[in-house]
Amino acid sequence: MSTSNKTAAKKGGVISGLLHNQICIPLAALLALVIFNLVMDPSFFEIKMGYSSAGDPVLSGYLITILDNASELVILAIGMTLVTAASGGQDISVGATIAIAGSVVLRVLCGTESRPDELQAPIFVAFLICCLVAMLFGAFNGVLVSYFNIQPMVATLILFTAGRSIAAWINNNELPIIDDAVFGYFGNFIPGIPIPTPIFIAVACMILIALTLKFTTLGLYSQAVGINPHSSRLNGIDPAKVKLITYIILGLCVAVAGFIKVSRFSTINYSVVAKDIEMDAILAVALGGNALSGGKFNMGASILGAYVIQFLTTTLYKFNVVSSALPAYKAVVVIILVVLSAPVVRQKLNEIFKKFNERKTAEKPTDGPNKGAKEAA
Amino acid sequence: MARKMNEKMNGNKKRGFISGMSDTNLLLLITVVVFVVMYASAVIFLGSGFLKPQAFFNILNDNASLIILACGMSLVMITGGIDISVGTLTALVCMSCAVHLDFNGGSVLTAVLLALGIGLAFGAVQGFLVAYLEIQPFIVTLAGMFFAKGMTTIVNATQFNVAHEGFQALKATRLYVPGMGSVNKLGNYVPAYVEIGVVVAIVTVILLFMLLRWTKLGRNFYAVGGNAQSANMLGINVKNTKFMAHLLCGLLAGIGGFVYFMHVGSGSPSHAAGAEMNAIAASIIGGTMLTGGVGNIMGTFFGVLSLSTIKNIVSSLGLDEAWWTNITVAAMICLFLVIQSLVLRRKGKSK
Repeated sequence: MSTSNKTAAKKGGVISGLLHNQICIPLAALLALVIFNLVMDPSFFEIKMGYSSAGDPVLSGYLITILDNASELVILAIGMTLVTAASGGQDISVGATIAIAGSVVLRVLCGTESRPDELQAPIFVAFLICCLVAMLFGAFNGVLVSYFNIQPMVATLILFTAGRSIAAWINNNELPIIDDAVFGYFGNFIPGIPIPTPIFIAVACMILIALTLKFTTLGLYSQAVGINPHSSRLNGIDPAKVKLITYIILGLCVAVAGFIKVSRFSTINYSVVAKDIEMDAILAVALGGNALSGGKFNMGASILGAYVIQFLTTTLYKFNVVSSALPAYKAVVVIILVVLSAPVVRQKLNEIFKKFNERKTAEKPTDGPNKGAKEAA
Repeated sequence: MARKMNEKMNGNKKRGFISGMSDTNLLLLITVVVFVVMYASAVIFLGSGFLKPQAFFNILNDNASLIILACGMSLVMITGGIDISVGTLTALVCMSCAVHLDFNGGSVLTAVLLALGIGLAFGAVQGFLVAYLEIQPFIVTLAGMFFAKGMTTIVNATQFNVAHEGFQALKATRLYVPGMGSVNKLGNYVPAYVEIGVVVAIVTVILLFMLLRWTKLGRNFYAVGGNAQSANMLGINVKNTKFMAHLLCGLLAGIGGFVYFMHVGSGSPSHAAGAEMNAIAASIIGGTMLTGGVGNIMGTFFGVLSLSTIKNIVSSLGLDEAWWTNITVAAMICLFLVIQSLVLRRKGKSK
């Protein structure tokens, strides 16, 4: 894929090569946002070195905020891309499962008390149990999708409805608060390191998924299953198993994201934690130019898409948009993007582009036919 | 296709009552049976509260707008799409009508027109994007949902009750059902009543039932949802059909929004939160499949009733904590999904 794109770029010029690459959609959106911010207020890009209340050095600035706050979204986008590719549908229960994962962490760390003086279990154990539970819920979705052949969006509607209630039930509807400095490191700053920890976690996840895609058949198999489950079955791949695995991986991503979310606040509010994050995660996948009906995917584009969404959110906040009015602006941007990337519109644009080129070639007959052929290629 | 039809026709005679039924009818039957069993057991085990006809009419009163929304959802789902904007669209309609009546001096008639206009506008834009630009319905209506959500706050950020006199009169109008009343503790006869919204909802259900069963457009919905490619080869205008489904869904969301407005009589950004998921759930329980081509408006009607009956049962069991309702509703969706999946598998085997 990438090689063919490169050759296309060489043949038809850099711009048209980029236009055919998937990553151009989030990149263009990012560029537009960057230019908009540069024009409106260049101080947006300032990064200052400050000191936290404990006297440790911390970086601050809008860019750092974006990178920091996008971490959960990026991690979710990774899992969501795989699920989308393999099952041709999206998991809308990730927000609710984050609530579950977060309350499991609190339950393990706090035991039965709501404000423990010391942690009841090591943080590592809590993280492992949280991963296990989230993967179990992922597997529940996965079994419904792969073995019962239920549409992903509908299958995950079950946990979407029940998830936050289950989360409240795990902690007996209490809101435990953890008073432990080390636990807060994962969502904020480690003393001495000026960069927020979630950024490191997100980068670690990216490296992990890059290695997995490079050295295992996960990427290939999930694309094969997404493109045609029947023929991949004939080729010896079990589509149900591949789908199930992608859902379990998404469960793991949810666990990590939930852990960061809890660590940020040292507590959890079941009804609002990670609200609407499933929509943002799906948007990230769509912004990355991935077909939501499954098949081929581009992980890098999805991750970039997640950052673009956070960039947009932060930009809107900066211009004092009320948080509840935010969705309207987001919707306009999304509509513009999906309309521009729709196959029908792209075809039309390509035709216009071609006509434009033909007119050019008519003016310059010497290298005309050659160039036309290249454009067609 | 023709062979399959033939098989089905022969199967009607050869196989038994259940196995000879079409998917749509079988799923409808299951839904109706579940509803009747649920309501009957509620009457038997929970007693008098459910025995009064008014208890049943209250379910209708509370859910009239949900019935209309779910009907629109079913139409879109039958064509193989989905519309998740209906819930926030309801909130937008409520807020716009409330502002129109109280601050801009509008009349009830213009408020109704406004509601219909908003619904039609959303339906037309979403339908155009889905049908003619071939963008995924989920993404388009997700954007619609976000847009409606944000616009509601932009129109007016806080909740307020509408004081408009004409509207208050309309809201308070009750239609008494003869012979269904009951005698209260003081010995007075309390007649049973329904709100205007219920009448609107029932008329909608009947009209849509006829539309799906007896009109060309209705049959096209099923054809497009079943297999868009074959439908295209049969000469059906697939794009136009999908557009019409979304347009109707938007219109119904406008009507449903106004009915909701009549029920609550206020505008608030948090109105009808999660209504789209309830509408989807009701459609699924009613036997509409998200894969398209299968579904029934009567099923959706009973789906809404089942959904709200189980909510009432849970709250009257004393499990007041909010989480129990959600967990039972989720369990119910799960149950029906597994049933649907098994039905599909049975069909696959019998071929």
